[in-house]
Amino acid sequence: MGEFKVHRVRFFNYIPSGIRCVAYNNQTNRLAVSRTDGTVEIYNLSANYFQEKFFPGHESRATEALCWANGQRLFSAGLNGEIIEYDLQALNIKYAVDAFGGPIWSMAASPNGSQLLVGCEDGSVKLFQITPDKIQFERNFDRQKSRILSLSWHPAGTHIAAGSIDYISVFDVKSGSAIHKMLVDRQYMGVSKRKCIIWGVAFLSDGTVISVDSAGKVQFWDSATGTLVKNHLIANTDVQSIAISDQEDSFVVGTAEGTVFHFQLVSVTSNSSEKQWVRTKPFQHHTHDVRAVAHSPIALISGGTDTHLVIRPLMEKVEVKNYDAALRKITFPHRRLVSCAKKKQLLLFQFAHHLELWRLGSTVATGKNGDTLPLSKNADHLLHLKTKGPENIICSCISPCGSWIAYSTASRFFLYRLNYEHDNINLQRVSKMPAFLRSALQILFSEDSTKLFVASNQGSVHVIRLLEGSFKHLHTFQPQSGTVESMCLLAVSPDGNWLAASGTSAGVHVYNVKQLKLHCTVPAYNFPVTALAIAPNTNNLVIAHSDQQVFEYSIPDKQYTQWSRTIQKQGFHHLWLQRDTPITHISFHPKRPMHILLHDAYMFCIIDKSLPLPNDKTLLYNPLPPTNESDIIRRRTAHAFKISKKYKPLLFMDLLDERTLVAVERPLDDIIAQLPPPIKKKKFGT
Amino acid sequence: MVEEESLRVVRCGGSELNFRRAVFSADSKYVFCVSGDFIKVYSTATEECVHILQGHRNLVTGIQLNPKNHLQLYSCSFDGMIKLWDYTDGILIKTFIVGCKLHALFTLDCAEDSVFVTINKEKPDVFQLVSVKLPKSSSQEVEAKELSFVLDYINQSPKCIAFGNEGEYVAAVRDFYLSVYFFKKKTTSRFTLSSSRNKKHAKNNFTCVACHPKEDCIATGHRDGKIRLWRNFDDEKKYTYTCLHWHHDLVMDLAFSVTGSSLLSGGRESVLVEWREAAEKNKEFLPRLGATIEHISVSPAGDLFCTSHSDNKMIIIHRNLEASAVIQGLVKDRNIFTGLMIDPRTKALVLNGKPGHLQFYSLQSDKQLYNLDIIQQEYISDYGLIQIELTKAAFGCYGNWLATVEQRQEKETELELQMKLWTYNKKTQGFVLNTKVNMPHEDHITALCFCNAEKSENPTLVTTSKDGHFKVWILTDDSDIYKKAVGWTCDFVGSYHKYQATNCCFSEDGSLLAVSFEEIVTIWDSETWELKCTFCQRAGKIRHLCFGRLTCSKYLLGATENGILCCWNLLSCALEWSAKLNVRVMEPDPNSENIAAISQSSMGSDLFVFRPSEPRPLYIQKNISREEVQWGVFVPRDVPESFTSEAYQWLNRSQFYFLTKSQSLLTFSMQSPEEKLTPTSKQLLAEETLPTTPFYFILGKHRQQQQDDKLNEALENELVQLPLTENIPAISELLHTPAHVLPSASFLCSMFVNSLLLSKETKSAEEIPDDVSMEEEKESVDSDEENNFTEEVQDTNNTDLGKDIIHQLSKSEEKELRKFRKVDYSWITAP
Repeated sequence: MGEFKVHRVRFFNYIPSGIRCVAYNNQTNRLAVSRTDGTVEIYNLSANYFQEKFFPGHESRATEALCWANGQRLFSAGLNGEIIEYDLQALNIKYAVDAFGGPIWSMAASPNGSQLLVGCEDGSVKLFQITPDKIQFERNFDRQKSRILSLSWHPAGTHIAAGSIDYISVFDVKSGSAIHKMLVDRQYMGVSKRKCIIWGVAFLSDGTVISVDSAGKVQFWDSATGTLVKNHLIANTDVQSIAISDQEDSFVVGTAEGTVFHFQLVSVTSNSSEKQWVRTKPFQHHTHDVRAVAHSPIALISGGTDTHLVIRPLMEKVEVKNYDAALRKITFPHRRLVSCAKKKQLLLFQFAHHLELWRLGSTVATGKNGDTLPLSKNADHLLHLKTKGPENIICSCISPCGSWIAYSTASRFFLYRLNYEHDNINLQRVSKMPAFLRSALQILFSEDSTKLFVASNQGSVHVIRLLEGSFKHLHTFQPQSGTVESMCLLAVSPDGNWLAASGTSAGVHVYNVKQLKLHCTVPAYNFPVTALAIAPNTNNLVIAHSDQQVFEYSIPDKQYTQWSRTIQKQGFHHLWLQRDTPITHISFHPKRPMHILLHDAYMFCIIDKSLPLPNDKTLLYNPLPPTNESDIIRRRTAHAFKISKKYKPLLFMDLLDERTLVAVERPLDDIIAQLPPPIKKKKFGT
Repeated sequence: MVEEESLRVVRCGGSELNFRRAVFSADSKYVFCVSGDFIKVYSTATEECVHILQGHRNLVTGIQLNPKNHLQLYSCSFDGMIKLWDYTDGILIKTFIVGCKLHALFTLDCAEDSVFVTINKEKPDVFQLVSVKLPKSSSQEVEAKELSFVLDYINQSPKCIAFGNEGEYVAAVRDFYLSVYFFKKKTTSRFTLSSSRNKKHAKNNFTCVACHPKEDCIATGHRDGKIRLWRNFDDEKKYTYTCLHWHHDLVMDLAFSVTGSSLLSGGRESVLVEWREAAEKNKEFLPRLGATIEHISVSPAGDLFCTSHSDNKMIIIHRNLEASAVIQGLVKDRNIFTGLMIDPRTKALVLNGKPGHLQFYSLQSDKQLYNLDIIQQEYISDYGLIQIELTKAAFGCYGNWLATVEQRQEKETELELQMKLWTYNKKTQGFVLNTKVNMPHEDHITALCFCNAEKSENPTLVTTSKDGHFKVWILTDDSDIYKKAVGWTCDFVGSYHKYQATNCCFSEDGSLLAVSFEEIVTIWDSETWELKCTFCQRAGKIRHLCFGRLTCSKYLLGATENGILCCWNLLSCALEWSAKLNVRVMEPDPNSENIAAISQSSMGSDLFVFRPSEPRPLYIQKNISREEVQWGVFVPRDVPESFTSEAYQWLNRSQFYFLTKSQSLLTFSMQSPEEKLTPTSKQLLAEETLPTTPFYFILGKHRQQQQDDKLNEALENELVQLPLTENIPAISELLHTPAHVLPSASFLCSMFVNSLLLSKETKSAEEIPDDVSMEEEKESVDSDEENNFTEEVQDTNNTDLGKDIIHQLSKSEEKELRKFRKVDYSWITAP
C-alpha cells in the first residue's frame, strides 16, 4: 500500500484555442495574446511570464489584430468590424466602435500613440484619433482594390505601408494618398500561384519596407523608389507573420510550416559601415502555422495554431546565463479550470462554452505502491451544462457538498442547485440574481457550502448566504478607496471565519467574515499571486507568487510565520526557483498540519515543514527512496520538499480525503491529436 | 642513356591527384595538383599533363600561386623546403629551406614576403600555423628560419584553415570549435559548438572551413552534413550563424566563388552543390560525379571549378556547372584482386578500378584510358553491404579475349560465382561480352589462364577452383540459322585426389599445362588432357607457379607457402634446384628468360631476378619497399633500352612495375620523370607556351626538320604515324576550333591541303593557323568577364594579327607584321 490512492483523471478534454495575435508592450514589458476564440491574455514578462490578466472570448469576436497604444492601452479588432478597447484595471471591455469597413484584418497604432490605423475588407485604411477615453474616426486613406491584410507605420509617423493581395501600398499620412504601389511576384518555385497574399509588412526608419507573403518570400523594398531590393525565399509555404525589434537590427518571421526564422542586420566587413540583412537561425518549436510573432528586446515570441506560446531568448542579448535564458513554452492557462466536490467525489470541468460534471470511478482492489488498480466502477459523466449566449465562461465552481454549481460569463452570473436522486440529477437554476451580480472573476463556496463568495470586477467581493433553493446577500467588501483593481483570487478558511482575496498586483486582503470587516493586508510583494489557501486550525495563509516564492502568513498574528521567515532567510533551492509554470493550487492535509500540498503543471509537491530545508547542494528532485532501505539513509536524504513528477501536464491535483488524491492530467499528445493536421513536410530518410 | 647511375625505385605515376586542393593558374589555362613528390601541371582545356615539377624529396603537401607574380608557384613538402617554380617553363626558381616537416601552405596577397605553413610540434597531433619570412636573396637556395607563430592546436588538413577578407583574419577549425585570429588586433576568438553525447549534437564536428572573399563571413562544414555561415564573429557574444543543410553525410570541402555570390560544397554524395546567395532554397546541383568529392577549388578568374575525387580523379567544371574535363589517375581506393596485367593491345596496365570495373591505365601518360564495366550493376555505396567483387581477370590470344570472374558471398554456403568472357571488337575498339557462365565451379576460383601459344588455333582457357577441379574451356561454334556466333564451353574437367586446385600455368608453346593441387604439381598434356607426371616437394602449398621461357622452357618454377622456391626440370622430371625464399610475387618476363621474385622479410621486400637455368640470381635489390609488395608485372618496352651493365640488362626489354599494400605503384628507373613525357605532349607544350618571338622562328625551323625526320621514320615504322598527324598544327587547329568560329570551308581548304604537302613553303601556311588558334583562345577567355587581368602581352598583339589574317594579307602588311614581331621582346621577361 502506498501513501495515497490517486485518481488519475485523463477525461478532461480541454483544448486551448490557437493563438492569433501577439502584441508586445515595451514600456511595461507585457505581452498581449489573442486567441482564435476571442480570448485576450496578458502576460507579465517581468514576472516570470505569468498570465496575470485575461479577457474572456466571445463567439462573434474573432480577433484579427491586437495592438498597444500609448504604453498602456490595448486595442483589438476583428472580423465583426469592431475596434475594442480593453480596460486593464477592471478586466472588462471598455467600449467597441464599428469601423464601418467590413471585417478588420489589420491594425497599427502610430509610433507616438495618438493615432490608430485599421485595414478593412473593403480595401479602406481608416485613421482614428485616440482620445483619452475613446477613439474618434478621423479620415479614410485612398481606397485599395482588395482587403488590407497588414499595416505598418514608418517610425517617424509620416508614411505607412499596407500589405494587400498581390501588392504593397505606401501611403503618405498627411495627404492620405498612395504614393507607391509595389507589385509582388506571384511566382512560386516556377509555378504561378493564383494570388500572393502579403501577410505582414514592416516599415523601417531608413525607408525600407519588409514584406512577408504567401509564396514563402521575405522581401526588402525601397519605399522611396518603390523597387524590390532583396528577396529571400525561405519557405515552401506561407510566411505569415513578421515582427521587428525596436533597434531595427533584427526581425523575426513565422511560417506555416511552424518554423520561425531570425534575420539580423550584420556588418558586411568589420571595418566598413555597410550592413546587410542575413537570415541566421531557424527555430522549429511549433508544429503548425506560426500566426503571430513578437520581438522583445531579449527574446523572440511566437504563437500559432498549435496553441503554444513560445518565448525564445536571444543568447547574445542575455547578460547572465540564468533561467531567463531558457526556452519557455506556455500551453495551459495559469488559472484553475477544475473544481472539486470532495465529499461527493465530483469534478467540475470548465470549457469555453460549457461545464462538465463527472463522478470519479471507484475501486475495491488494493495493491502495492505503484500498482495500477482496476476500476470496479467507471467514472460517470453526470452533467453537460451549456452556456446561454455567445460569451465564454470566465470562472466556475462547485460547492464542497456538490449541491451547488456557479459560473459566470462577462455579463451574467448563473447559480444552479443540484439534487441527487440515486442516479438521476435534478438541476435547478436559482433565478432572480441581484443586479450587482453581473459578472464574476472568481467564485468560491465556503467549506460547509453555506456561503458563496464572488469576486467581481471593480474590486468588490460579495458574500452571499445560500439557503435551500434561495439565497441572501449578506455583505459586499468594498475595495480600498482609490484602487479599482479587481480581485481574481479568493481563499476561505475551513472554519469559514476568514476570507483572503488578492488582486493582480496589490497585496492580499484578509477579511473577517464573522465581523464583515477587513482584518489585515499582507504586505505587497513585487510579483503577482498565483495561488492562495488558508490552512485549517492554524489559519495560516499560504501564498504562492509567480517568482516561485511561497509565503506563510499567520492571520491571527498578522505576521509571517517562523517557518516562512526561515525559508526566506535561507532561500529556496535554485531548481525550485527555476521551474517553468506557476503554482496554481494549494491544499492541506486534514490530519497532518505540517504538510502543504501544492502543484504546478509539471510537478506535485508536499512541503513537510517539520523536515530540514534543502540547500543548493542537496538533490531537490529525489525519487522516493525504496521502502526496504534503512531509515537512517532515508532520514538523511529527506528534506522538506517531496516532489513527484509522475503526473504531467497536471491541470489540477487535490486531496479528496486522507488517503486519496485526484490528479487531472492533460497529455499534450491528446491536444495535438485534436488539432488540424500540420503541413506535411518531406523528412529525409523516410 | 649516357651514364648509368644506380637503379632506384621510383613512384611511377599513379600517385594521388586528390591529396590536396588543386590550384588554378591566374588565367585558368592550367591546373596544378600535388602528386606524390611532384607537382603536375595540367592543361584545363586538353586534360593533358604539360609539366611535372620535380625537385622535392618527399611528399608535396601544398601548392599556392605566388601572389606577387601569377606565373610562379610556391610549393611545400615534408622534406622541409618551400620551392618557387616557374610553371610555364617548368623551372625551379628558388628553394627556401625551412627545416621542419611542412604540412600545408598558404599565401596572402598582403603578407609581405612571407607565407604561412602548418608545422608539427612535439606531440604527434598538435599542429601550429606559423608565418615564414622568405628572405630576399639572389642565391638559389636560401635558409628561411624566421618563423612567427600564429595559431596553435590546429588541424593538420589545409581544409581546416582559411584566410578571409584580404588577410585580416584566419579561421581554423578543429573538433568542435572554430578559432578566428585577427592579425590587426592580434586576438583570437573561439566559438565552440555543443559536443554532448546525445544524438542531436554528436556529429557537430567541424570538417572544413572557407572564408567569404568580400564579406566577413566564414562557412564551416560539419560531420552531420550541415554548413554553418558565421557572421559577426569579431564579437564573441554577438556572433551568429545560419545553417544550410542538404548533405546527409559529412561535408568534405567548401569553397566560395571568386565574387562570393555562391558557395560550393561537396561530400560523399558525389554531388557538387552550389548555394547561391547563401540561401537554403536557392541551390543548384551537379550530380553523378562518380565518387566522393574530396576537394573543391575555384579558379582565380572565376570561370572554372575543380573537384578532386576519392577515385583519384579531378573534374574541371565550368561556372555554369557543366563538367568540361576529367583528369583521371589510377583508381586506388579499393582492394586489388585481379593483380597487375598488361593489355597486349594498348600496353595499358589493367587492374581493379572503380567498384565492378576494370581500369585500363596508361603507364606512359599516367592517365586512365578507360573503364570496362564488368559487373554491370548499379553500385550502392552503403556501408556494410556485401558487394559483388571482381576477383580474377586474364587476357588471352593477344588481347582478343578477356576472361573475368566475379563473386559475392553473403554466407558461408551461399556463393554466387560468375565467369564472363569478353571478345575484342575491332569496330567499337572495345571489349564485348561473349559468354557468361554462371557457377563455373562449385567453389572459389583460384586461378585462370589462357593458352597463349602462337600455334594454338583454338583459344583455350583453364580455371582452377577450391572445389578440387580444374576446367578447360574452349571456344566452339555457336551458330544457328539466324547468325554466326562463337561461344565458350567446358571441354575437360580434371582433378587430382580431391585436393584443392590452386594454380595453373601453360608452358610457352602451349603443349603442357601445370596445375598445382595444394602441395602437388601436376603436368598435363594439353592435346589429350592426360596426366603426364607429378612433382611433390612436401614444402607446403604451392603459391606461385610458372614455366620458364625461351631457352629455359624446360624448367617449371614453383614457390610454396613455406618459403621454398623450387625449379623442376621437365625433361628429367626431377628437382633441378631449390632455394629458401619467401616469395610473395613471382613474375616471368615475357620477352626474356628472366623471372622476378619479390620476397618478404621483416625488414622489407627484396627483389631477386634470376634465370631458371641457374640458381644464382642475376640481380638483387634489397629493401625495395618497406611495405609488403602485393603484385608485380613486367611491361615490355616500346623501344628497348641498352643498359650495358650486366646487372641492369634484365631491364633492357621490359620494365618491372610493382604495387605495394598501400597501393603505390613503383618501378625501377634512372630517368627523370620529365624525360618520360611523351614527345606528343612535349610538342603541345612548346606550341602553347612559346611566344611568337624571333627565337620562335629558329625553334620553329628546327621543329620542321624534326618533323621531316619523323616522317622518314614513319615510312619505315607505322607506329609513329599517329603522333605525327596530330603534330601538323593546321589539322589539329582545324579539329580543335569550334565550328562556329571557323572561316568558310573554301577559305580553309587551300590552307589544309598546303599543310599536308611536304614542300618547304609550308612554313608560312603553318604559321597562319597557329595565330588563328591563339586568337580563338583569347576569344573564349574573353567570354568570361573577370578574366583578363593577367593576359600575356603577346596574346594581345596576336589578336590584331589574327583579325588581319582573316581578310587575306597583302605582302606589305605581312612585312609590317614581321616588324611587329621583332619588336616584341616579351619572351625575355620570362624568368
